[in-house]
Amino acid sequence: MRLFTHNMLSSNIKGVANGFPLRIEVDQVVEKQVDFNPDFLKNMFPKLEWKALVDAARTMGYTELPEEADSSMLESEDFLRKLHHALLELHLEEGALVCPETGRKFPVTKGIPNMLLHEDEV
Amino acid sequence: MSNRPELLAPPEIFYDDSEARKYTSSSRIIDIQARLSERALELLALPVDGIPRLLLDIGCGSGLSGETLTENGHQWIGLDISQSMLDIALEREVEGDLLLGDMGQGLALRPGIIDGAISISAVQWLCNADKSSHEPRLRLKAFFGSLYRCLARGARAVFQVYPENIAQRELILRSAMHAGFAGGVVMDYPHSTKSRKEYLVLTCGPPSISASVPRGKGEDGESCSEDESSEENQMVCISDRNRPQKKQKISRKGKGRDWIFKKKEQLRRKGNTVPPDTRYTGRKRKARF
Repeated sequence: MRLFTHNMLSSNIKGVANGFPLRIEVDQVVEKQVDFNPDFLKNMFPKLEWKALVDAARTMGYTELPEEADSSMLESEDFLRKLHHALLELHLEEGALVCPETGRKFPVTKGIPNMLLHEDEV
Repeated sequence: MSNRPELLAPPEIFYDDSEARKYTSSSRIIDIQARLSERALELLALPVDGIPRLLLDIGCGSGLSGETLTENGHQWIGLDISQSMLDIALEREVEGDLLLGDMGQGLALRPGIIDGAISISAVQWLCNADKSSHEPRLRLKAFFGSLYRCLARGARAVFQVYPENIAQRELILRSAMHAGFAGGVVMDYPHSTKSRKEYLVLTCGPPSISASVPRGKGEDGESCSEDESSEENQMVCISDRNRPQKKQKISRKGKGRDWIFKKKEQLRRKGNTVPPDTRYTGRKRKARF
């Protein structure tokens, strides 16, 4: 699972008002090279929750992202490269996602988060 | 169709390791899936500006449909309920991110972020109640409701579906409308039983703009393209080979020219490629030929 997916995911357990962001528990992180595409990043940037992304990247051991970001920074190639690396190249291979309200764990195995809910959580 | 996989077992059980492998090693299924997703992407009508979009593939399975999205340069997130199918997707090293989840439980996504959603032959599974706690109407409601929330305004969702009967199509469509979607069903090759395909084209947002439903292919008897092998069953299913064939009644004189014209007209209406009617049609060959 890449961080851009993590940035989109929220817990949808019944009764949870704010299931975002899911906390990450890391067992294993993998890096995979992906082609750099600035257009995609510029399109994605307004939709990102920046703080959640920075926190998630930190837990994954990547600390290069700045604390604050605005759209003017998209002009800088250096910033885009960092964003690209954080969003698309860091994979959470093994670990878990934790719902911020209930503490329910969604295990991540082989890079696939298991978001299946139990019957009483629907 | 007598042998719908939906009637055999729930999806997470039906698509076990062997079925998942079968599904992905059949070149016929790969071909059909690619063509269906190509058409779904066309109906999605994303603006042509070369910017990669974030798309959702619901019921992505082994990532056959996702591959089409990747080829068109988009980033996608795939959701499926079958672990075996997702394992195959990992083996195939698909580009998109995969989630194990049940669409009937609602999509666990933040609101307003997805630029478009496609789903190939998946939504009809929601019409089945596989567990005692399942209520198809509620599951459809949860699915369409959460989909409506996570789509960006004006974004489209295109679902290729195989509804079992009219009631099922009505149920799916009504749930989508209740969730706030505008749109309807686009039917490709409506006259043909084999190559007929139904797409649910839904638009998120106010019904006034761009909510008109595009036209289906082959609606006015236009032929399928050459590569559309019409003699082949186009449904993704395991066909029953042992079914007894219908015996044809042939009189001594043969069937005659009129019968041939009638048959050719029928095939033409179905969208098949048929040779033109000429004065040679239905003529007997000379003995010395």
